[in-house]
Amino acid sequence: MEAEVEDSLSAENLAVGYDQREIIHDLSVRIPTGRITVIVGANACGKSTLLKTLARLLKPSRGTVLLDGKSIQSIPTRTVATKLGLLPQSPTAPEGITVADLVGRGRYPRQGWIRQWTKGDDEAIADAMRSTDVLEIADRPIDELSGGQRQRVWIAMALAQETDILLLDEPTTFLDLTHQFEVLDLLVDLNKRDQRTIVLVLHDLNQACRFGDHLIAMKDGAIVAEGDPRLVITEEVVQDVFGLAVKVIPDPVAGTPMVVPIGRHTTRTDQVTPENAPESTAAKALAASAAASGICRPTDR
Amino acid sequence: MASLTTEHTPAQVIAHARAVRQARNLVVSVVLAVIVFAIFCVSLSLGDFKIPVIDVVKTLFGGGDKATEFIVNRLRLPRALTGILVGLALGMSGAIFQSVARNPLASPDIIGVTYGASAFAVFAIVTLGLTGTAVSGLAIVGALLTAFTMYLLAWRRGVSSYRLILVGIGIGAIATSLTSYLLTKARVEVAQQALIWLTGSLNGRDWSHVRSLAFTLVVLAPVIVLLVHRLRILQLGDETAYGLGLRVERSRLGLIVIAVLLAAVATAAAGPVGFVAFVAPPIARWLTRSPGPAMLASGLMGALVVALSDLVAQHALGETQLPVGVVTGVIGAPYLMFLLARTNRIGSGG
Repeated sequence: MEAEVEDSLSAENLAVGYDQREIIHDLSVRIPTGRITVIVGANACGKSTLLKTLARLLKPSRGTVLLDGKSIQSIPTRTVATKLGLLPQSPTAPEGITVADLVGRGRYPRQGWIRQWTKGDDEAIADAMRSTDVLEIADRPIDELSGGQRQRVWIAMALAQETDILLLDEPTTFLDLTHQFEVLDLLVDLNKRDQRTIVLVLHDLNQACRFGDHLIAMKDGAIVAEGDPRLVITEEVVQDVFGLAVKVIPDPVAGTPMVVPIGRHTTRTDQVTPENAPESTAAKALAASAAASGICRPTDR
Repeated sequence: MASLTTEHTPAQVIAHARAVRQARNLVVSVVLAVIVFAIFCVSLSLGDFKIPVIDVVKTLFGGGDKATEFIVNRLRLPRALTGILVGLALGMSGAIFQSVARNPLASPDIIGVTYGASAFAVFAIVTLGLTGTAVSGLAIVGALLTAFTMYLLAWRRGVSSYRLILVGIGIGAIATSLTSYLLTKARVEVAQQALIWLTGSLNGRDWSHVRSLAFTLVVLAPVIVLLVHRLRILQLGDETAYGLGLRVERSRLGLIVIAVLLAAVATAAAGPVGFVAFVAPPIARWLTRSPGPAMLASGLMGALVVALSDLVAQHALGETQLPVGVVTGVIGAPYLMFLLARTNRIGSGG
């Protein structure tokens, strides 16, 4: 299983846009193989556009996305689907579909013209469901599940594709904090166990720092900074990318950078947190983190 | 993780769950087929000259006497068969439309396809003075042209299902007003003839109708089998479908063409028999508990609706014979209202 050469993904001189509006102008990037890459940036900075272009959903007007060194547009889309899996931001499930049925559809790129189920298919499905912990709810309809369970089922569907690369567009957006961490922990499991290359778009900078091995910070369709979260997330970069004044302190749990927004109305909560003297007790920091994630999460979708 | 069933591996559990789903589909389809056959035999036995159902079955399998054979095979069989084939085609067409658009409102008789066919047929009857096959031919042309226009107008970097439905309803409205205009210009007798066509009727159908319908269904069947597999993937949303390696636009176009062809030949043979394509697929999906299009069950359900409606239309009111479209309308319209009311409450597209 591990013997095969891992698939690599990169992009050269990309320009992408919708209709006349160009969103990404000239972007080159190399996704590190076997690591978790997180793309961050303000709304409409082009991070979803980049992810969709990497997943061949959008065709670049200039430049190429390279999968294993070959232009992704020149590879048959079904072959791509055996190397690269995608979980879009809001996938739709047909009404009444059961968990096992939905996960099974992830086998589409590996089946022939008319679907014929083999033992291998069943094992792949069972394996995907086991690693996402949804085997026990195999016969339940999707509509009855909680948001977190549902997201795990969709991830299972992408896993059933058995790809080395997995792209996820804001997989935590509609989830509460507990389920956000559940999904992110799952992604780390998948990365650690099979050395899967995972690329995801996240809104929460603190989560991005904690779960990402490699961070790509984007602004106005270009990459501002990329690399190890500790090097990328500085007060200057956050100020530049988000236009938000912040303090960056070490995450009291993981030691990764933690962003504490200052905001314009900090004076209003003067009596609660003195502005320039952050007391570094873990409890205060966690509260600030919760506030930060509240601010970073998008509300407009 | 807690242990599952002790004697089965997870893979076997998955395979078993799938077998159960497929079995349910098969059982529902067989039961529907049996019911359709029963209605079919009853409708062949009724009429001015009543024939016992047993004799009808015998005759169908080549064992009847000359008189029954003439009545059954010559007089009644074409009409009954046309009804069933029209139902099959409409049921499958509706199933495809509703799954492609992910919306229970999307059926060829809600979005413009059948209206387009009607407008062309009325034009043929009223303005060109045509009858029979020529009217059917123009109805098919009308359906295809409408669908083509609809697809073009809905196109913007691919076709979104919502836009397709809205554009479809708009085109339907245009086609309907065109039909009304043509009718007001027509002489009364001609207008009446056109009106009968417009309600959808199986009166006086002969073997030529059966042949053209059967031919279309036989030709399209393998294509349907191939494309339904893709329809299941398309249902997961465009982006997921792309991610799974489906050529989304091409598959969608293929499916729409098939669905339009099915609706077009059915409309050409019997006029716009309303609401069949609209009600049959949801009932089939509900019976099979299938999240997918449930093609076979939808087709059979369509056949059942048409066959039963025609039976009612012919015999329920004694001497007065109604066009089959009146009865299907009586069944379908309340369902449309229910669906609209429910959609309104949920506040979504279904």
